[in-house]
Amino acid sequence: MARAVTPRRKALTTALAWAIGFLIFFPILWTILTSFKTEAEAIASPPKFLFFDWTLENYGVVQDRSNYMRFLWNSVIIAGGSTLLGILVAVPAAWSMAFVPSRRTKDILMWMLSTKMLPAVGVLYPIYLIFIKLGLLDTRIGLIVVLMLINLPIIVWMLYTYFREIPGEILEAARMDGASLRDEILYVLTPMAVPGIASTILLNFILAWNEAFWTLNLTAANAGPLTAFIASYSSPEGLFFAKLSAASTMAIAPILILGWFSQKQLVRGLTFGAVK
Amino acid sequence: MGKITLEQVSKSFGEVRVIPPLDLTIEDGEFAVFVGPSGCGKSTLLRLIAGLEDVTGGTIRIDGKDATEVPPAKRGLAMVFQSYALYPHMTVRKNIAFPLRMAKLPQAEIDRRVAGAAQVLNLTDYLDRRPGQLSGGQRQRVAIGRAIVREPAAFLFDEPLSNLDAALRVGMRLEISELHKRLKTTMIYVTHDQVEAMTMADKIVVLRAGHIEQVGSPLDLYRSPRNLFVAGFIGSPRMNFIEGPEAARHGARTIGIRPEHIAVSADEGPWSGVVGVSEHLGSDTFFHIHDTGLAETITVRAGGEVGFNHGDRVRLTPREDQVHRFDEKGLRIA
Amino acid sequence: MATRHSRSAARLMMAPAVILLLGWMLVPLTMTLWFSFREFLPLRGGDMGWVGFDNYARFVTSSAFWPSIQTTLLIVGGVLLITVVLGVLLALLLDQPMWGQGVVRILVIAPFFVMPTVSALVWKNMFMDPVNGLFAHLWKAFGATPVEWLSQASMFSIILIVAWQWLPFATLILLTAIQSLDSEQLEAAEMDGAPALKRFWFIILPHLGRAITVVILIQTIFLLSVFAEIFVTTQGSFGTRTLTYLIFQRVLESQNVGLGSAGGVYAIILANIVAIFLMRIVGKNLDR
Repeated sequence: MARAVTPRRKALTTALAWAIGFLIFFPILWTILTSFKTEAEAIASPPKFLFFDWTLENYGVVQDRSNYMRFLWNSVIIAGGSTLLGILVAVPAAWSMAFVPSRRTKDILMWMLSTKMLPAVGVLYPIYLIFIKLGLLDTRIGLIVVLMLINLPIIVWMLYTYFREIPGEILEAARMDGASLRDEILYVLTPMAVPGIASTILLNFILAWNEAFWTLNLTAANAGPLTAFIASYSSPEGLFFAKLSAASTMAIAPILILGWFSQKQLVRGLTFGAVK
Repeated sequence: MGKITLEQVSKSFGEVRVIPPLDLTIEDGEFAVFVGPSGCGKSTLLRLIAGLEDVTGGTIRIDGKDATEVPPAKRGLAMVFQSYALYPHMTVRKNIAFPLRMAKLPQAEIDRRVAGAAQVLNLTDYLDRRPGQLSGGQRQRVAIGRAIVREPAAFLFDEPLSNLDAALRVGMRLEISELHKRLKTTMIYVTHDQVEAMTMADKIVVLRAGHIEQVGSPLDLYRSPRNLFVAGFIGSPRMNFIEGPEAARHGARTIGIRPEHIAVSADEGPWSGVVGVSEHLGSDTFFHIHDTGLAETITVRAGGEVGFNHGDRVRLTPREDQVHRFDEKGLRIA
Repeated sequence: MATRHSRSAARLMMAPAVILLLGWMLVPLTMTLWFSFREFLPLRGGDMGWVGFDNYARFVTSSAFWPSIQTTLLIVGGVLLITVVLGVLLALLLDQPMWGQGVVRILVIAPFFVMPTVSALVWKNMFMDPVNGLFAHLWKAFGATPVEWLSQASMFSIILIVAWQWLPFATLILLTAIQSLDSEQLEAAEMDGAPALKRFWFIILPHLGRAITVVILIQTIFLLSVFAEIFVTTQGSFGTRTLTYLIFQRVLESQNVGLGSAGGVYAIILANIVAIFLMRIVGKNLDR
């Protein structure tokens, strides 16, 4: 890898990469910038990039109008709850597939993934009915269960690929050392797989946070997470760029910040454990 | 305490029979070595004893009690793996303490035993390190430490030295032998290296394709190999095998003679040949002799000072009392 | 390589996940099948009984059906094409030595964190709005007439939005894969006199095969059910009505559950066709 690269070439690649990176990031940057403008400046022609009167006014308005904190809290509970529940169900399953593989293991794994291909819309009404029957409509617990189920295949798959990197001999050693199955998973497997589990949790937290079919269709005023919060700005009367930007920034900020703090695990997680 | 008996034990993976029914007894306190070429089933046999695999048929008794259905954790055996299988996220101390923690021993007792094991194995200074920070030999000792603190009925070693370099291997071999002398606990040791088997074992079990070819003390195997396979496997360099008229003269289909039992000289001896490659080890010299008319090559051991050159014609004298005779089935003729 | 004991433990531990997913799959599926054979209009008379295959026939003969299939496949295919091609190029670029690689990587990943509703809203209003959007400003600056993106180039716009969201994912997986390529292989090829383009074609690209498979598999799973982007932008008009969206309209907007369920069954069949096709490739490619 230690190939000499001319400074000129490095400078060129750097410039190109930064330009492309900036371009890809620009929509987000633009949204954040606009959120600090007044409505008039937000639609000014030609557009103003940095030299405008920075204001926090929009954030105040958005909070007043739609109680951001409640949506945020719903998002945290729903994304967090569904992810943790999913991990609890998936760790034992992934253990089985990784360390006691049988001829059917791969089929089961593929079947699990294929359930993710079932179009949600195909079963929307039945789920809707079941939710009404069980009183789960517009409840956080209902969404936690649904999001757990739709992300479960991904969680199992990711954990499975991470677990497979752990040598089976170590688990056998634990067994010889007198560890029960529970001890083996709790004291040996889990600590060894911490990076993988962390990546899995992070990625699925984000997937659940951003999920926008079930969260839009199964919630109303009570359990709506940030996806619902932002969707309420899609109606024409909400068309004020600065406020829309403020609301958008508020909806994506938690994940952006989380993502930046945990970049390493996330990059690992974002490959779904499928590529090393 | 640690007598292990296998009665008609067999193992199949699906349709493939890896181990046909076999019987074997390992006495309490014995150091038994399973040796054989790779794929001979020796590791599988060890894993059956450990309980990491189910037997397909037969009974395993540990200390007289039927342990066939007992899970590995309850068999009272300790195992040292080829990869050492240390817990990478735990310190050396925690690694060694792990089996004791699983057995729910009081903390004071755990500390006492860990300290004891660490002292025996020269690990005291490393107790707070993690396996990743240790050398290969140290890791090996941690794995052994983890095994001895449990005071098991028997130790199982699965090719424990194969990941070490040659010098370290000799050292660890001595340490394990030393340990056995001191603990007097049953040990079963799997290796493909016949030198390890010869130097460490009280009893060697030679395996081929799941079959037990011979069981005996190292010298038994060396002196009276039961068949051609054992004769060829035990001893280094390999025994020379000769067929044809020379064998017929001894009343056998094949005769075998070890390199150390042939004398080489410039002009004396019944056999003759041309020197090929010579390997000078300092203390000994091994000559590979061609064109003897007996076998493709005859290997001969001579003293370190004996000097013949490539292409020299030499004469060989076998020691008649050391000629092993085998019949057409490859079995030893007594 | 395990004992009966551990095998039965394994079955037991796999059970919760399998049972949950089986239930999640079978219960609603059975209900959907049941509804699909009935005339069921919750707001206009409720369940009005058995109608055989009427719903299926009506759904498939409706003028919206084939266009919706076409739209669905076009979105999936278009996004896959863009993300894989650009992803490979971008990954190759990011693999080069440069200053501030970490920062660039963060910039490139960022769109993945943006929830679909937000990205759709932002693109729709702040970029594609024909009066105040940034593109309109840009067009005007060059003296051109601003494009009404979401009506005149609706499919392109949707594909652009979705591709923007998924490009980071493709890039990252492909980058990881490129970085795992043994550099000695490339050096050997260089010694053998292969120019850069040939090295890419004969060594890097085959090495990326598995990674590209993973990208296609995972993206297809998510792209088949693209919803929020359409819900927020065009509401399915201007030729952007995917099968998913069509069914959504039948069930929730026109409240015709029977018809929608028949559509759901079609969607499931379509997904299965794609799935079988994918699993074939993936199953082959995922074996190591």
